[in-house]
Amino acid sequence: MASKLTQSNSAGWAFALPGFGLIALFIVVPFFFAFGLSLTNQRLVSPNPTEFVGLANYKNLLGVGMITLEPERNDAGEILRGQDGEIQYPRVRNYTRKNPDYPHLDGMREWFRWSSGDNAKVVLAKDVVFVKALKNTLTFVVIVAPLQASLALLLALLINQKLRGINVFRTIYFMPVVISIVVVSLLWRFIYSGDNGLLNNILGALTFGLFEPVDWLGQPSTALGAIIAMSIWQAVGFHMVIWLSGLQTISPVLYEAARIEGSSAWQTFKYVTWPGLRNTAVLILIVITMQAFAIFAQIDVMTSGGPLDSTQTLVFQAVERGYGKQDISGGSVISVILFLIVLSISLIQRWLTREKN
Amino acid sequence: MKLTISGAIVAYAAVSGAALAQTELALWYHGAGNEEEAAVLNGAIEDFNNAQGDWTVVVESFPQIAYNDSVVAAALAGNLPDILDIDGPVMPNWAWSGYLQPLQVDETLVSNFLPSTVGRWDGEIYSVGLWDAAVAIMTRQSTLDKYGIRVPTLEEPWSLEEFNAALETIKASGDFDYPLDLGTAWTGEWYPYAFSPFLQSFGGDIVNRDDYQSADGVLNGDAAIAFGEWWQSLFANDYAPGTSQDPAVRDTGLIDGKYAMSWNGNWAATPVLDAFGDDTLFLPAPDFGNGSTIGAGSWQFGISATSAHPDGAAAFIEHLMQDKYTAAFSDTLGLVPATPTAAAQSKYYAEGAPMEVFYGLSEAQALVRPVTPGYVVAAKVFEKALSDIANGGDVIDTLDAAVDEIDADIAKNGGYGH
Amino acid sequence: MAAIDPSNRGLRLVTRYLVLGLVALVFIFPVVFMIVSSLKPDQQLLTDTGSLRAFLPVGDISLDNYFAAFERAPIGKFVFNSVLVTVITVSLSLFLCSLAAFSFTYLEWFGRAALLSVILATLIIPFETIAIPLLLLVSKLPWIGVEGVTYGWLDSYRVQIIPWIADALTVFLFVQYFKDLPRELIEAARVEGATWWQIYYRVVMPLSGPVIATGAILKTLKMYNEQYIWPLISVQSETYRPVMVGLQYFFQLQIAWGEVMAYLTMITVPVLAFYLVLQRAFIASIASTGVKG
Repeated sequence: MASKLTQSNSAGWAFALPGFGLIALFIVVPFFFAFGLSLTNQRLVSPNPTEFVGLANYKNLLGVGMITLEPERNDAGEILRGQDGEIQYPRVRNYTRKNPDYPHLDGMREWFRWSSGDNAKVVLAKDVVFVKALKNTLTFVVIVAPLQASLALLLALLINQKLRGINVFRTIYFMPVVISIVVVSLLWRFIYSGDNGLLNNILGALTFGLFEPVDWLGQPSTALGAIIAMSIWQAVGFHMVIWLSGLQTISPVLYEAARIEGSSAWQTFKYVTWPGLRNTAVLILIVITMQAFAIFAQIDVMTSGGPLDSTQTLVFQAVERGYGKQDISGGSVISVILFLIVLSISLIQRWLTREKN
Repeated sequence: MKLTISGAIVAYAAVSGAALAQTELALWYHGAGNEEEAAVLNGAIEDFNNAQGDWTVVVESFPQIAYNDSVVAAALAGNLPDILDIDGPVMPNWAWSGYLQPLQVDETLVSNFLPSTVGRWDGEIYSVGLWDAAVAIMTRQSTLDKYGIRVPTLEEPWSLEEFNAALETIKASGDFDYPLDLGTAWTGEWYPYAFSPFLQSFGGDIVNRDDYQSADGVLNGDAAIAFGEWWQSLFANDYAPGTSQDPAVRDTGLIDGKYAMSWNGNWAATPVLDAFGDDTLFLPAPDFGNGSTIGAGSWQFGISATSAHPDGAAAFIEHLMQDKYTAAFSDTLGLVPATPTAAAQSKYYAEGAPMEVFYGLSEAQALVRPVTPGYVVAAKVFEKALSDIANGGDVIDTLDAAVDEIDADIAKNGGYGH
Repeated sequence: MAAIDPSNRGLRLVTRYLVLGLVALVFIFPVVFMIVSSLKPDQQLLTDTGSLRAFLPVGDISLDNYFAAFERAPIGKFVFNSVLVTVITVSLSLFLCSLAAFSFTYLEWFGRAALLSVILATLIIPFETIAIPLLLLVSKLPWIGVEGVTYGWLDSYRVQIIPWIADALTVFLFVQYFKDLPRELIEAARVEGATWWQIYYRVVMPLSGPVIATGAILKTLKMYNEQYIWPLISVQSETYRPVMVGLQYFFQLQIAWGEVMAYLTMITVPVLAFYLVLQRAFIASIASTGVKG
């Protein structure tokens, strides 16, 4: 970056202070307050005194363990098998509930397991809902960020044509953005409904009835995907417009030159368009990542984290615990962890997209 | 500004000797968006304001689905009104947390109220309700006749086997999308309110009511596991729509003939009566082994701890407790009147009136949800457990997890003052 | 490729419109469903979701849902509150955030880098996670008004406005944009003896049409569409409630879906109109500045 024009402490502070002061007072201070709460046992409302508990809340959230289960055997030492021939294992609860031989596993629950020979390796977590929320949030980000950014670019290229009436299309593509996510989520519940939903009916009509209706939000295998699709649908128009403003700052002279050189559409994109979109790309990627980590309203309106925790997310859990279960310290812990995760990711992003000169 | 101006008015009144200083009492109510309900409440308030010269009640209405959140936030910020309406099972939490003060009403005044409409905590009355709500299986006489199913009575409700057989018969006929609509679309308080009585009838409970210190053994004991397995079978066998039920179909499915039976509250009874008339049946919950029970405890009125005028607030609540208002609310909203005398005056619950059966249900079967400050969290945990089991989660593991969470919460709150 | 056959060209034009049109369908169908449904009685609305009739204003069409919605809730007041809060917040936000961004981009001062890092770090704090601490904070803050100093901001317009004025994203947008403006302009102005304020006001802001439009759209959407949890916990009187809290008036035990759709349509119209107006300015300003490339 070019060096600053002049040293100017008084003007610099005077210009930055109003904005910075408001952010400090209304975001930074409450955040440190939340951080402080995460080290206590504070309840939302309680006549009991607040106690400092150190990192106990963090340990409860992040504790994981592992156990190897050996198959159940009959008296002859043969492995017991179920109806379909699957090996029978003792229940995990035998080890995790008040078993004096396994004190380090007390209160844990199964997160996932896999087979290793005749044994089963089971990974346990102190807070299975939290680890699932973490996994879902990361999945959501990893899918949404690249997909939404590239779809938005495609739309921007599509809309960046000189055609009569193109403004109408641009307006339509942008329309979902101006509708509240709460409203959008309500509408899409009708679309995804398994009973008499619009999506099932449209797919049925398109395939002449071959399509089997799916309960999109009602089964763990499709619920998160359905929410991802809707989220992209809602937000993609905004990023399209940002791409578009980037595209329109690329000089037509460059395109003209490319045309004279006889470059193909792909070559034009690669050597003219894309280099001109650098700053835009950084902006878009950062914005989408931040927004994706904060996913809350869709979950709150559409699934409340279900079915079977398949759509739990970190912010939803922070809210659910902080308000719903009146556990403000537990909710704050999630907030702090989320902050640390996103901070590390954005530092990495900044490093990767740094200007190499 | 409020302070200085009202201060000036008081000063002026004192000087001029005029008695125009009616003290304002703020009342919060959960009924925003319901015009009929507002009309009844406003009428009662107007009567009160005109009937005496000391107090003026001013109402602020909130949308029901966010009412509790609004109150909790206001309590946190120290901004509560004088009089609140309170959902029955939440009252102990608010009383224990110090939002509420005991309600000074004479015991004789509540002697003929349904027990579930008087909110008691720690030996004191904190809230009084003008009505209760009751849940029943709604269906049609003709439906049961068609499949040769016995009509159950309060004295002889369906047994578990009878109920399952009825569901199977109706399912097998293929005449309906689902034999039973449980209202799984209604997230929130509906789950513990409507479904924990099933668990109780099986012999389990949300928390051990001996001392309210643990859920271990009652929410994951053999009875609870039997309940959980039955609950799961309802969805596995497609007897009932699952947690992704469309809320719109919940409202209309029975009337549209998509569902044969619907587990629903008295507030939803009028549309069913309008549609089916004499063919309508409101049936008691099945007896799963330990008697047939339904949930109890609806909205009630109480006084905030910070109110400077508990005498005025109590005077208003006593004013509301008249039969005429109870009957008016009942006539407007279909609620179960809190007193037999009000029931007799009411449109739906008088002798021979179409919803009289609900009064009988409330009187005979009502079991309040666990009376503990920990209920608020336990209810959420219970809801999630039921939802997970309905979606195929392992019954025992899910119930264990629910027990652990409830017990941890009780421990974190130092036993919730029991 | 080089020689263009007119018929071929016509075909390509048709294909282009076809693609544009199909994509448009994907984006517009829920909106059409919303508007069309708002005209139908509940019973028909729910049956129609089973067929293409969901998108067609057919059957028993009327404005009854709109009249009923007005009976149920003071919609005009909610919209007024939302618009008022949005307009004030967005205006102040654009001003203060661009001013800060100007300082961060062009001025050298002690603590600049540190303050900018702090601001950017707040970009990643979702509001929901600090709502309760913020509530406790604003319930204690002093306010100086006609009646002297009072404490607590709850139940007012200011509690819905002031905490939302400054935000990291708006600052970030302006910083990104200012970085790319030609520095020669500012240096030239400086040489001519302009003050920093004059450079901000006369040189930089007139060149910032696109980013102002982007920032205004983004902030408006946030203020109008996403203000739900905060007013729910910080505002108690109906007098100050915004549209998203008003939505809850329609979720009674028996939900009147037609009224819900009518309400959704009504609260969406102002923000849609706002966008339609602004997008012209937005595009025009991109064309007129032409500073890049």
